[in-house]
Amino acid sequence: MISLTDILTLLPESFLTVAICALLLLDVFLRPAQRSITHYLAIAILGVTGWLVLQHYGTPTAFGGMFVRDGIADVLKIFALLTTALVFVYARPYLRDRGLFVGEYYVLCLFAVLGMMLLVSAGSLVIVYLGLELLALSSYALVALNRDSQLSSEAAMKYFVLGALASGMLLYGMSMIYGATGTLDLNKIHAAAALSSQRGMLLFGVVFVVVGIAFKFGAAPFHMWLPDVYQGAPTAVTVFIGSAPKLAAFGMAYRMLESGLGSVGPHWQQMLAVLAVLSLAIGNIAAIMQSNLKRMLAYSTISHVGFLFLGLVNGQPAGYAAAMFYAVSYALTATAAFGMILLLSRAGFEAEEISDFKGLNQRAPWYALLMALTLFSLAGVPPLFGFFGKFLVLKAAVDAGQVWLAIVGAVFAIIGIYYYLRVVKVMYFDDADDAAAIAKPADAPMRTVISVNALALLVLGLTWGPLYGWCAKALGIAP
Amino acid sequence: MISLAHFIVLGTILFCISVAGIFINRKNVIVLLMSIELMLLAVNMNFVAFSRYLGDPAGQVFVFFILTVAAAETAIGLAILVVLFRNRSTINVAEIDSMKG
Repeated sequence: MISLTDILTLLPESFLTVAICALLLLDVFLRPAQRSITHYLAIAILGVTGWLVLQHYGTPTAFGGMFVRDGIADVLKIFALLTTALVFVYARPYLRDRGLFVGEYYVLCLFAVLGMMLLVSAGSLVIVYLGLELLALSSYALVALNRDSQLSSEAAMKYFVLGALASGMLLYGMSMIYGATGTLDLNKIHAAAALSSQRGMLLFGVVFVVVGIAFKFGAAPFHMWLPDVYQGAPTAVTVFIGSAPKLAAFGMAYRMLESGLGSVGPHWQQMLAVLAVLSLAIGNIAAIMQSNLKRMLAYSTISHVGFLFLGLVNGQPAGYAAAMFYAVSYALTATAAFGMILLLSRAGFEAEEISDFKGLNQRAPWYALLMALTLFSLAGVPPLFGFFGKFLVLKAAVDAGQVWLAIVGAVFAIIGIYYYLRVVKVMYFDDADDAAAIAKPADAPMRTVISVNALALLVLGLTWGPLYGWCAKALGIAP
Repeated sequence: MISLAHFIVLGTILFCISVAGIFINRKNVIVLLMSIELMLLAVNMNFVAFSRYLGDPAGQVFVFFILTVAAAETAIGLAILVVLFRNRSTINVAEIDSMKG
Protein backbone atom coordinates (compact mmCIF):
# COMPACT_ATOMS: atom_id res chain seq x y z
CA MET A 1 0.00 0.00 0.00
CA ILE A 2 2.61 2.55 1.06
CA SER A 3 5.00 3.01 -1.82
CA LEU A 4 8.32 4.77 -2.03
CA THR A 5 6.72 7.63 -4.00
CA ASP A 6 4.39 8.31 -1.06
CA ILE A 7 7.37 8.65 1.26
CA LEU A 8 9.19 10.83 -1.28
CA THR A 9 6.18 13.14 -1.56
CA LEU A 10 6.22 13.50 2.21
CA LEU A 11 10.00 13.98 2.30
CA PRO A 12 9.94 17.52 3.81
CA GLU A 13 7.57 16.42 6.60
CA SER A 14 9.43 13.14 7.16
CA PHE A 15 12.75 14.96 7.35
CA LEU A 16 11.31 17.51 9.77
CA THR A 17 9.92 14.77 12.03
CA VAL A 18 13.20 12.88 12.19
CA ALA A 19 15.20 16.08 12.63
CA ILE A 20 12.99 17.27 15.53
CA CYS A 21 13.43 13.94 17.33
CA ALA A 22 17.19 14.11 16.79
CA LEU A 23 17.27 17.71 18.04
CA LEU A 24 15.28 16.77 21.13
CA LEU A 25 17.72 13.97 21.88
CA LEU A 26 20.81 16.09 21.20
CA ASP A 27 19.55 18.91 23.40
CA VAL A 28 19.53 16.62 26.43
CA PHE A 29 23.30 16.19 26.15
CA LEU A 30 24.09 19.90 25.82
CA ARG A 31 25.18 22.09 28.73
CA PRO A 32 23.20 25.33 29.11
CA ALA A 33 26.20 27.26 27.77
CA GLN A 34 26.02 25.25 24.55
CA ARG A 35 22.34 25.97 23.95
CA SER A 36 23.22 28.09 20.91
CA ILE A 37 23.86 24.83 19.06
CA THR A 38 20.15 23.97 19.40
CA HIS A 39 19.27 27.45 18.19
CA TYR A 40 21.37 27.29 15.04
CA LEU A 41 20.44 23.68 14.31
CA ALA A 42 16.73 24.54 14.58
CA ILE A 43 17.17 27.31 12.00
CA ALA A 44 19.18 24.96 9.78
CA ILE A 45 16.40 22.34 10.02
CA LEU A 46 13.87 24.93 8.87
CA GLY A 47 16.15 25.87 5.98
CA VAL A 48 16.65 22.28 4.81
CA THR A 49 12.91 21.58 5.10
CA GLY A 50 12.17 24.66 2.99
CA TRP A 51 14.69 23.51 0.39
CA LEU A 52 13.06 20.04 0.30
CA VAL A 53 9.59 21.62 -0.13
CA LEU A 54 10.86 23.41 -3.25
CA GLN A 55 12.37 20.24 -4.73
CA HIS A 56 8.95 18.67 -5.46
CA TYR A 57 10.00 15.05 -5.08
CA GLY A 58 7.30 12.42 -5.63
CA THR A 59 3.76 12.93 -6.87
CA PRO A 60 1.10 15.65 -6.35
CA THR A 61 -0.88 13.43 -3.96
CA ALA A 62 0.18 10.67 -1.60
CA PHE A 63 -1.42 8.00 0.57
CA GLY A 64 -4.52 7.69 -1.57
CA GLY A 65 -5.25 11.42 -1.62
CA MET A 66 -4.87 11.98 2.13
CA PHE A 67 -1.87 14.23 1.55
CA VAL A 68 -2.00 16.88 -1.17
CA ARG A 69 0.99 18.82 -2.43
CA ASP A 70 -0.04 21.72 -4.63
CA GLY A 71 0.94 25.34 -5.18
CA ILE A 72 -1.09 26.56 -2.20
CA ALA A 73 0.61 24.13 0.17
CA ASP A 74 4.03 25.17 -1.20
CA VAL A 75 3.49 28.92 -0.73
CA LEU A 76 2.07 28.51 2.78
CA LYS A 77 4.80 26.06 3.87
CA ILE A 78 7.64 28.25 2.60
CA PHE A 79 6.34 31.32 4.40
CA ALA A 80 5.49 29.39 7.57
CA LEU A 81 9.11 28.10 7.64
CA LEU A 82 10.49 31.58 6.90
CA THR A 83 8.46 33.32 9.62
CA THR A 84 9.41 30.64 12.13
CA ALA A 85 13.09 31.14 11.33
CA LEU A 86 12.63 34.90 11.89
CA VAL A 87 10.86 34.15 15.18
CA PHE A 88 13.78 32.02 16.36
CA VAL A 89 16.24 34.82 15.68
CA TYR A 90 14.07 37.44 17.45
CA ALA A 91 13.25 35.24 20.43
CA ARG A 92 16.78 34.30 21.42
CA PRO A 93 17.88 37.43 23.38
CA TYR A 94 14.51 37.60 25.14
CA LEU A 95 14.60 33.93 26.15
CA ARG A 96 18.21 34.18 27.29
CA ASP A 97 17.54 37.22 29.49
CA ARG A 98 14.68 35.44 31.26
CA GLY A 99 16.24 32.01 31.78
CA LEU A 100 13.85 30.51 29.22
CA PHE A 101 16.53 29.73 26.65
CA VAL A 102 15.75 26.00 26.62
CA GLY A 103 15.53 23.31 23.97
CA GLU A 104 11.82 22.79 24.62
CA TYR A 105 11.00 26.13 23.03
CA TYR A 106 12.63 25.10 19.76
CA VAL A 107 11.27 21.56 19.76
CA LEU A 108 7.71 22.70 20.48
CA CYS A 109 7.87 25.40 17.81
CA LEU A 110 9.19 22.89 15.28
CA PHE A 111 6.42 20.42 16.13
CA ALA A 112 3.90 23.22 15.65
CA VAL A 113 5.47 23.90 12.25
CA LEU A 114 5.12 20.21 11.39
CA GLY A 115 1.44 20.44 12.33
CA MET A 116 1.05 23.48 10.06
CA MET A 117 2.71 21.69 7.16
CA LEU A 118 0.36 18.71 7.49
CA LEU A 119 -2.65 20.99 7.94
CA VAL A 120 -2.06 22.96 4.74
CA SER A 121 -1.48 19.72 2.79
CA ALA A 122 -4.52 17.89 4.15
CA GLY A 123 -6.62 15.91 1.71
CA SER A 124 -8.76 14.20 4.33
CA LEU A 125 -10.65 15.20 7.47
CA VAL A 126 -8.32 12.96 9.51
CA ILE A 127 -5.23 14.89 8.42
CA VAL A 128 -6.95 18.24 9.02
CA TYR A 129 -7.69 17.13 12.59
CA LEU A 130 -4.26 15.64 13.29
CA GLY A 131 -2.38 18.61 11.82
CA LEU A 132 -4.54 21.04 13.74
CA GLU A 133 -4.08 19.23 17.04
CA LEU A 134 -0.31 18.94 16.58
CA LEU A 135 -0.21 22.70 16.08
CA ALA A 136 -2.64 23.42 18.91
CA LEU A 137 -1.14 21.11 21.55
CA SER A 138 2.35 22.50 20.90
CA SER A 139 0.98 26.04 21.18
CA TYR A 140 -0.73 25.36 24.55
CA ALA A 141 2.54 24.08 25.97
CA LEU A 142 4.47 27.04 24.51
CA VAL A 143 2.16 29.58 26.15
CA ALA A 144 2.84 27.93 29.53
CA LEU A 145 6.61 27.95 28.85
CA ASN A 146 7.30 30.47 31.60
CA ARG A 147 5.96 28.26 34.35
CA ASP A 148 6.56 30.71 37.21
CA SER A 149 4.41 33.41 35.65
CA GLN A 150 0.82 33.74 36.86
CA LEU A 151 -0.27 35.46 33.66
CA SER A 152 1.30 32.80 31.42
CA SER A 153 -0.34 29.89 33.18
CA GLU A 154 -3.69 31.66 33.20
CA ALA A 155 -3.37 32.43 29.48
CA ALA A 156 -2.40 28.82 28.77
CA MET A 157 -5.45 27.52 30.65
CA LYS A 158 -7.81 29.82 28.76
CA TYR A 159 -6.16 28.94 25.46
CA PHE A 160 -6.39 25.24 26.25
CA VAL A 161 -10.06 25.21 27.25
CA LEU A 162 -11.27 27.37 24.36
CA GLY A 163 -8.97 25.62 21.87
CA ALA A 164 -10.29 22.22 22.95
CA LEU A 165 -13.85 23.55 22.69
CA ALA A 166 -13.07 24.70 19.13
CA SER A 167 -11.62 21.30 18.23
CA GLY A 168 -14.73 19.67 19.65
CA MET A 169 -16.99 21.91 17.54
CA LEU A 170 -14.94 21.24 14.44
CA LEU A 171 -15.00 17.47 15.05
CA TYR A 172 -18.75 17.48 15.67
CA GLY A 173 -19.19 19.27 12.34
CA MET A 174 -16.87 16.76 10.67
CA SER A 175 -18.91 13.85 12.05
CA MET A 176 -22.10 15.34 10.58
CA ILE A 177 -20.41 15.91 7.22
CA TYR A 178 -19.14 12.33 7.31
CA GLY A 179 -22.64 11.10 8.04
CA ALA A 180 -24.14 13.10 5.18
CA THR A 181 -21.52 12.29 2.54
CA GLY A 182 -20.17 8.90 3.69
CA THR A 183 -16.51 9.76 3.17
CA LEU A 184 -13.60 11.47 4.93
CA ASP A 185 -11.80 12.40 1.71
CA LEU A 186 -12.15 16.14 0.99
CA ASN A 187 -12.41 15.76 -2.80
CA LYS A 188 -15.08 13.08 -2.46
CA ILE A 189 -16.92 15.27 0.06
CA HIS A 190 -16.87 18.05 -2.55
CA ALA A 191 -18.53 15.76 -5.09
CA ALA A 192 -20.94 14.11 -2.63
CA ALA A 193 -22.04 17.33 -0.91
CA ALA A 194 -23.69 18.61 -4.08
CA LEU A 195 -25.83 15.48 -4.40
CA SER A 196 -26.32 14.59 -0.75
CA SER A 197 -29.83 13.50 0.21
CA GLN A 198 -29.05 14.44 3.84
CA ARG A 199 -28.90 18.17 3.16
CA GLY A 200 -30.07 19.24 6.60
CA MET A 201 -27.43 17.16 8.35
CA LEU A 202 -24.75 18.42 5.95
CA LEU A 203 -25.57 22.07 6.59
CA PHE A 204 -25.74 21.41 10.34
CA GLY A 205 -22.18 20.08 10.04
CA VAL A 206 -21.11 23.08 7.95
CA VAL A 207 -22.24 25.45 10.72
CA PHE A 208 -20.09 23.67 13.30
CA VAL A 209 -17.10 23.54 10.97
CA VAL A 210 -17.36 27.29 10.34
CA VAL A 211 -17.59 27.93 14.10
CA GLY A 212 -14.53 25.72 14.68
CA ILE A 213 -12.53 27.53 12.00
CA ALA A 214 -13.60 30.94 13.36
CA PHE A 215 -12.46 29.89 16.86
CA LYS A 216 -9.06 28.81 15.56
CA PHE A 217 -8.63 32.04 13.58
CA GLY A 218 -9.81 34.14 16.50
CA ALA A 219 -12.63 35.75 14.50
CA ALA A 220 -15.27 37.69 16.43
CA PRO A 221 -17.49 36.66 18.21
CA PHE A 222 -15.18 33.69 18.95
CA HIS A 223 -12.16 35.86 19.73
CA MET A 224 -12.27 36.00 23.55
CA TRP A 225 -9.20 33.81 24.01
CA LEU A 226 -6.97 35.77 21.67
CA PRO A 227 -6.21 39.02 23.58
CA ASP A 228 -5.59 37.14 26.84
CA VAL A 229 -3.27 34.63 25.19
CA TYR A 230 -1.30 37.30 23.32
CA GLN A 231 -0.91 39.37 26.46
CA GLY A 232 -0.24 36.54 28.90
CA ALA A 233 2.18 34.47 26.84
CA PRO A 234 5.90 35.33 26.97
CA THR A 235 6.50 37.75 24.06
CA ALA A 236 8.87 35.23 22.43
CA VAL A 237 5.88 32.88 22.21
CA THR A 238 3.39 35.59 21.21
CA VAL A 239 5.54 36.42 18.19
CA PHE A 240 5.29 32.78 17.14
CA ILE A 241 1.56 32.16 17.69
CA GLY A 242 0.75 35.58 16.21
CA SER A 243 2.45 34.96 12.89
CA ALA A 244 2.95 31.54 11.24
CA PRO A 245 -0.28 29.87 12.50
CA LYS A 246 -2.32 32.47 10.59
CA LEU A 247 -0.91 30.97 7.37
CA ALA A 248 -1.91 27.50 8.56
CA ALA A 249 -5.37 28.76 9.53
CA PHE A 250 -5.82 30.10 6.02
CA GLY A 251 -4.68 26.72 4.67
CA MET A 252 -7.17 24.90 6.89
CA ALA A 253 -10.03 27.21 5.89
CA TYR A 254 -9.19 26.72 2.23
CA ARG A 255 -9.00 22.94 2.51
CA MET A 256 -12.16 22.56 4.56
CA LEU A 257 -14.33 25.20 2.92
CA GLU A 258 -13.18 25.19 -0.70
CA SER A 259 -11.66 21.73 -1.33
CA GLY A 260 -14.24 20.02 0.87
CA LEU A 261 -17.38 22.13 1.04
CA GLY A 262 -17.00 24.28 -2.07
CA SER A 263 -20.18 22.85 -3.58
CA VAL A 264 -22.29 24.28 -0.73
CA GLY A 265 -20.37 27.58 -0.90
CA PRO A 266 -23.31 30.02 -0.66
CA HIS A 267 -24.23 28.62 2.77
CA TRP A 268 -20.88 29.11 4.50
CA GLN A 269 -20.15 32.33 2.62
CA GLN A 270 -23.08 34.07 4.34
CA MET A 271 -21.80 32.95 7.74
CA LEU A 272 -18.24 34.05 6.95
CA ALA A 273 -19.51 37.45 5.76
CA VAL A 274 -21.17 38.04 9.15
CA LEU A 275 -18.02 36.89 10.98
CA ALA A 276 -15.86 39.15 8.78
CA VAL A 277 -17.92 42.26 9.50
CA LEU A 278 -18.08 41.50 13.24
CA SER A 279 -14.31 40.88 13.38
CA LEU A 280 -13.56 44.12 11.57
CA ALA A 281 -15.85 46.06 13.90
CA ILE A 282 -14.89 44.49 17.23
CA GLY A 283 -11.18 44.22 16.41
CA ASN A 284 -10.73 47.80 15.30
CA ILE A 285 -12.93 49.42 17.93
CA ALA A 286 -11.62 47.44 20.90
CA ALA A 287 -8.01 48.06 19.82
CA ILE A 288 -8.51 51.81 20.25
CA MET A 289 -9.09 51.36 23.99
CA GLN A 290 -5.95 49.33 24.75
CA SER A 291 -2.91 50.64 26.59
CA ASN A 292 -0.97 47.36 26.36
CA LEU A 293 0.72 47.05 22.97
CA LYS A 294 0.54 43.24 22.87
CA ARG A 295 -3.17 43.43 23.61
CA MET A 296 -3.65 46.14 21.01
CA LEU A 297 -1.89 44.00 18.41
CA ALA A 298 -4.14 41.08 19.43
CA TYR A 299 -7.26 43.14 18.66
CA SER A 300 -5.61 44.29 15.47
CA THR A 301 -5.12 40.60 14.60
CA ILE A 302 -8.88 40.12 14.96
CA SER A 303 -9.50 42.92 12.48
CA HIS A 304 -6.93 41.44 10.08
CA VAL A 305 -8.73 38.09 10.35
CA GLY A 306 -11.86 39.97 9.30
CA PHE A 307 -10.03 41.14 6.18
CA LEU A 308 -8.78 37.62 5.47
CA PHE A 309 -12.36 36.36 5.75
CA LEU A 310 -13.45 39.01 3.21
CA GLY A 311 -11.16 37.25 0.75
CA LEU A 312 -12.58 33.82 1.63
CA VAL A 313 -16.22 35.01 1.42
CA ASN A 314 -15.56 35.76 -2.21
CA GLY A 315 -15.59 32.08 -3.19
CA GLN A 316 -13.62 32.80 -6.40
CA PRO A 317 -9.96 31.88 -7.05
CA ALA A 318 -9.12 35.61 -7.16
CA GLY A 319 -10.54 36.00 -3.65
CA TYR A 320 -8.54 33.05 -2.31
CA ALA A 321 -5.36 34.35 -3.97
CA ALA A 322 -5.94 37.76 -2.37
CA ALA A 323 -6.61 36.15 1.02
CA MET A 324 -3.44 34.07 0.72
CA PHE A 325 -1.41 37.17 -0.18
CA TYR A 326 -3.00 38.88 2.82
CA ALA A 327 -2.07 36.01 5.14
CA VAL A 328 1.55 36.13 3.93
CA SER A 329 1.78 39.92 4.30
CA TYR A 330 0.19 39.76 7.75
CA ALA A 331 2.50 37.00 8.97
CA LEU A 332 5.64 38.89 7.92
CA THR A 333 4.39 42.21 9.32
CA ALA A 334 3.23 40.75 12.64
CA THR A 335 6.63 39.07 13.07
CA ALA A 336 8.32 42.46 12.70
CA ALA A 337 5.84 44.18 15.06
CA PHE A 338 6.23 41.67 17.88
CA GLY A 339 9.95 41.52 17.10
CA MET A 340 10.20 45.24 17.94
CA ILE A 341 8.64 44.57 21.36
CA LEU A 342 11.25 41.84 21.88
CA LEU A 343 14.01 44.24 20.81
CA LEU A 344 12.99 46.90 23.33
CA SER A 345 12.56 44.40 26.18
CA ARG A 346 15.49 43.57 28.41
CA ALA A 347 16.12 41.51 31.54
CA GLY A 348 13.44 42.44 34.09
CA PHE A 349 11.63 44.81 31.74
CA GLU A 350 8.87 44.05 29.24
CA ALA A 351 8.37 46.81 26.67
CA GLU A 352 4.74 45.86 26.22
CA GLU A 353 2.93 49.07 27.20
CA ILE A 354 2.42 51.67 24.50
CA SER A 355 3.98 54.22 26.90
CA ASP A 356 7.22 52.17 26.82
CA PHE A 357 7.66 53.37 23.23
CA LYS A 358 7.61 57.04 24.29
CA GLY A 359 10.28 59.08 22.57
CA LEU A 360 11.78 56.10 20.79
CA ASN A 361 12.87 58.51 18.08
CA GLN A 362 15.18 60.28 20.56
CA ARG A 363 16.57 57.02 21.91
CA ALA A 364 17.05 55.11 18.66
CA PRO A 365 15.85 56.87 15.49
CA TRP A 366 16.57 53.85 13.28
CA TYR A 367 14.36 51.49 15.29
CA ALA A 368 11.65 54.14 15.57
CA LEU A 369 11.67 54.30 11.78
CA LEU A 370 11.46 50.51 11.47
CA MET A 371 8.59 50.37 13.98
CA ALA A 372 6.80 53.14 12.11
CA LEU A 373 7.21 51.22 8.82
CA THR A 374 5.78 48.11 10.45
CA LEU A 375 2.82 49.95 11.95
CA PHE A 376 2.07 51.72 8.66
CA SER A 377 2.15 48.35 6.93
CA LEU A 378 -0.32 46.94 9.48
CA ALA A 379 -2.51 50.00 9.00
CA GLY A 380 -2.39 49.57 5.22
CA VAL A 381 -0.65 52.77 4.17
CA PRO A 382 0.65 52.71 0.58
CA PRO A 383 3.17 51.75 -0.71
CA LEU A 384 3.82 49.21 2.07
CA PHE A 385 3.20 45.47 1.95
CA GLY A 386 0.05 45.56 4.09
CA PHE A 387 -1.63 48.05 1.75
CA PHE A 388 -1.49 45.69 -1.21
CA GLY A 389 -2.99 42.86 0.86
CA LYS A 390 -5.96 45.08 1.71
CA PHE A 391 -6.14 46.45 -1.83
CA LEU A 392 -6.26 42.99 -3.44
CA VAL A 393 -8.89 41.71 -1.00
CA LEU A 394 -11.11 44.76 -1.57
CA LYS A 395 -10.59 44.58 -5.33
CA ALA A 396 -11.57 40.88 -5.37
CA ALA A 397 -14.68 41.71 -3.32
CA VAL A 398 -15.72 44.49 -5.73
CA ASP A 399 -15.05 42.27 -8.76
CA ALA A 400 -17.28 39.57 -7.24
CA GLY A 401 -20.09 42.09 -6.76
CA GLN A 402 -19.81 42.30 -2.96
CA VAL A 403 -19.52 46.07 -2.95
CA TRP A 404 -21.07 46.59 0.49
CA LEU A 405 -18.55 44.21 2.08
CA ALA A 406 -15.72 46.14 0.40
CA ILE A 407 -17.14 49.41 1.74
CA VAL A 408 -17.37 48.02 5.29
CA GLY A 409 -13.78 46.77 4.97
CA ALA A 410 -12.51 50.14 3.77
CA VAL A 411 -14.35 52.07 6.52
CA PHE A 412 -12.95 49.90 9.30
CA ALA A 413 -9.47 49.98 7.77
CA ILE A 414 -9.61 53.77 8.11
CA ILE A 415 -10.80 53.53 11.74
CA GLY A 416 -7.92 51.11 12.30
CA ILE A 417 -5.32 53.63 11.16
CA TYR A 418 -6.09 55.71 14.28
CA TYR A 419 -4.63 53.34 16.86
CA TYR A 420 -1.54 52.54 14.81
CA LEU A 421 -0.88 56.24 14.36
CA ARG A 422 -1.25 56.75 18.11
CA VAL A 423 1.81 54.54 18.67
CA VAL A 424 3.72 56.44 15.97
CA LYS A 425 2.75 59.72 17.66
CA VAL A 426 4.00 58.42 21.02
CA MET A 427 7.32 57.39 19.42
CA TYR A 428 7.98 60.65 17.60
CA PHE A 429 6.31 63.45 19.59
CA ASP A 430 6.49 62.40 23.25
CA ASP A 431 9.56 62.68 25.44
CA ALA A 432 11.28 59.50 26.54
CA ASP A 433 11.08 58.68 30.25
CA ASP A 434 13.42 55.72 29.87
CA ALA A 435 16.99 56.35 28.80
CA ALA A 436 18.30 52.76 28.83
CA ALA A 437 20.32 51.78 25.78
CA ILE A 438 18.45 49.64 23.25
CA ALA A 439 21.37 48.15 21.39
CA LYS A 440 23.14 45.34 23.20
CA PRO A 441 26.21 43.83 21.52
CA ALA A 442 24.92 40.26 21.89
CA ASP A 443 21.77 41.00 19.89
CA ALA A 444 23.57 41.87 16.65
CA PRO A 445 21.97 39.07 14.56
CA MET A 446 18.53 40.02 15.77
CA ARG A 447 19.03 43.72 15.04
CA THR A 448 20.24 42.98 11.53
CA VAL A 449 17.41 40.55 10.77
CA ILE A 450 14.68 42.82 12.12
CA SER A 451 16.02 45.68 10.01
CA VAL A 452 15.88 43.46 6.94
CA ASN A 453 12.38 42.24 7.92
CA ALA A 454 10.99 45.76 8.33
CA LEU A 455 12.66 47.08 5.18
CA ALA A 456 11.36 44.04 3.29
CA LEU A 457 7.84 45.31 4.07
CA LEU A 458 8.68 48.40 2.03
CA VAL A 459 10.47 46.49 -0.73
CA LEU A 460 7.73 43.84 -1.03
CA GLY A 461 5.19 46.65 -1.10
CA LEU A 462 6.93 48.32 -4.01
CA THR A 463 7.44 45.00 -5.85
CA TRP A 464 4.33 43.07 -4.84
CA GLY A 465 3.72 41.68 -8.35
CA PRO A 466 5.86 38.51 -8.27
CA LEU A 467 4.53 37.38 -4.88
CA TYR A 468 0.93 37.93 -5.94
CA GLY A 469 1.79 36.16 -9.19
CA TRP A 470 2.98 33.17 -7.16
CA CYS A 471 -0.24 33.16 -5.09
CA ALA A 472 -2.39 33.50 -8.22
CA LYS A 473 -0.52 30.72 -10.00
CA ALA A 474 -1.03 28.46 -6.97
CA LEU A 475 -4.78 28.91 -7.42
CA GLY A 476 -4.59 28.40 -11.16
CA ILE A 477 -5.46 31.92 -12.32
CA ALA A 478 -3.50 34.41 -14.40
CA PRO A 479 -2.20 37.20 -12.14
CA MET B 1 -35.04 -1.53 17.36
CA ILE B 2 -32.37 1.13 17.84
CA SER B 3 -31.96 3.18 14.67
CA LEU B 4 -29.26 5.63 13.53
CA ALA B 5 -31.44 8.53 14.69
CA HIS B 6 -31.26 7.29 18.29
CA PHE B 7 -27.47 7.37 18.21
CA ILE B 8 -27.38 10.83 16.66
CA VAL B 9 -29.79 12.14 19.28
CA LEU B 10 -27.68 10.59 22.04
CA GLY B 11 -24.55 12.15 20.53
CA THR B 12 -26.27 15.52 20.36
CA ILE B 13 -27.45 15.30 23.98
CA LEU B 14 -23.94 14.40 25.19
CA PHE B 15 -22.49 17.25 23.14
CA CYS B 16 -24.98 19.74 24.58
CA ILE B 17 -24.25 18.55 28.13
CA SER B 18 -20.53 19.05 27.58
CA VAL B 19 -20.93 22.54 26.07
CA ALA B 20 -23.23 23.49 28.95
CA GLY B 21 -20.63 22.09 31.34
CA ILE B 22 -17.98 24.39 29.88
CA PHE B 23 -20.13 27.54 29.93
CA ILE B 24 -22.19 27.11 33.10
CA ASN B 25 -19.44 25.75 35.35
CA ARG B 26 -17.93 28.53 37.47
CA LYS B 27 -16.34 26.36 40.14
CA ASN B 28 -13.68 23.97 39.05
CA VAL B 29 -11.26 23.64 36.14
CA ILE B 30 -11.26 19.84 36.47
CA VAL B 31 -14.94 19.85 35.50
CA LEU B 32 -13.93 21.74 32.35
CA LEU B 33 -11.48 18.99 31.45
CA MET B 34 -14.20 16.39 32.03
CA SER B 35 -16.58 18.34 29.79
CA ILE B 36 -13.98 18.49 27.01
CA GLU B 37 -13.51 14.74 27.26
CA LEU B 38 -17.27 14.18 27.12
CA MET B 39 -17.48 16.37 24.03
CA LEU B 40 -14.93 14.26 22.18
CA LEU B 41 -16.73 11.07 23.26
CA ALA B 42 -20.01 12.45 21.89
CA VAL B 43 -18.26 12.97 18.56
CA ASN B 44 -16.86 9.43 18.72
CA MET B 45 -20.37 8.09 19.26
CA ASN B 46 -21.48 9.90 16.09
CA PHE B 47 -18.58 8.61 14.05
CA VAL B 48 -19.06 5.00 15.13
CA ALA B 49 -22.82 5.14 14.49
CA PHE B 50 -22.36 6.64 11.02
CA SER B 51 -19.56 4.24 10.22
CA ARG B 52 -21.71 1.23 11.13
CA TYR B 53 -24.72 2.62 9.29
CA LEU B 54 -22.75 3.47 6.13
CA GLY B 55 -20.75 0.22 6.23
CA ASP B 56 -17.53 2.26 5.90
CA PRO B 57 -14.74 1.44 8.37
CA ALA B 58 -12.93 4.79 7.86
CA GLY B 59 -15.10 6.47 10.50
CA GLN B 60 -14.03 3.93 13.13
CA VAL B 61 -10.38 4.48 12.24
CA PHE B 62 -10.91 8.22 12.78
CA VAL B 63 -12.28 7.38 16.26
CA PHE B 64 -8.97 5.73 17.18
CA PHE B 65 -7.13 8.89 16.19
CA ILE B 66 -9.55 11.05 18.19
CA LEU B 67 -9.12 8.85 21.27
CA THR B 68 -5.34 9.06 21.03
CA VAL B 69 -5.32 12.83 20.56
CA ALA B 70 -7.83 13.23 23.40
CA ALA B 71 -5.44 11.41 25.73
CA ALA B 72 -2.58 13.72 24.72
CA GLU B 73 -4.85 16.74 25.08
CA THR B 74 -5.88 15.76 28.61
CA ALA B 75 -2.23 15.20 29.55
CA ILE B 76 -1.35 18.73 28.45
CA GLY B 77 -4.47 20.14 30.09
CA LEU B 78 -3.61 18.54 33.43
CA ALA B 79 0.00 19.73 33.15
CA ILE B 80 -1.19 23.30 32.61
CA LEU B 81 -3.58 22.84 35.54
CA VAL B 82 -0.71 21.83 37.82
CA VAL B 83 1.28 24.90 36.75
CA LEU B 84 -1.75 27.10 37.32
CA PHE B 85 -2.38 25.69 40.77
CA ARG B 86 1.27 26.14 41.80
CA ASN B 87 1.17 29.80 40.75
CA ARG B 88 -2.22 30.80 42.05
CA SER B 89 -3.15 28.17 44.66
CA THR B 90 -6.65 27.94 43.22
CA ILE B 91 -8.41 26.19 40.38
CA ASN B 92 -11.63 28.12 40.75
CA VAL B 93 -12.76 29.26 37.30
CA ALA B 94 -14.26 32.50 38.64
CA GLU B 95 -10.88 33.57 40.07
CA ILE B 96 -8.93 33.09 36.85
CA ASP B 97 -9.62 36.61 35.65
CA SER B 98 -6.50 38.74 36.05
CA MET B 99 -6.60 39.82 32.38
CA LYS B 100 -9.52 41.89 31.15
CA GLY B 101 -10.41 44.34 28.42
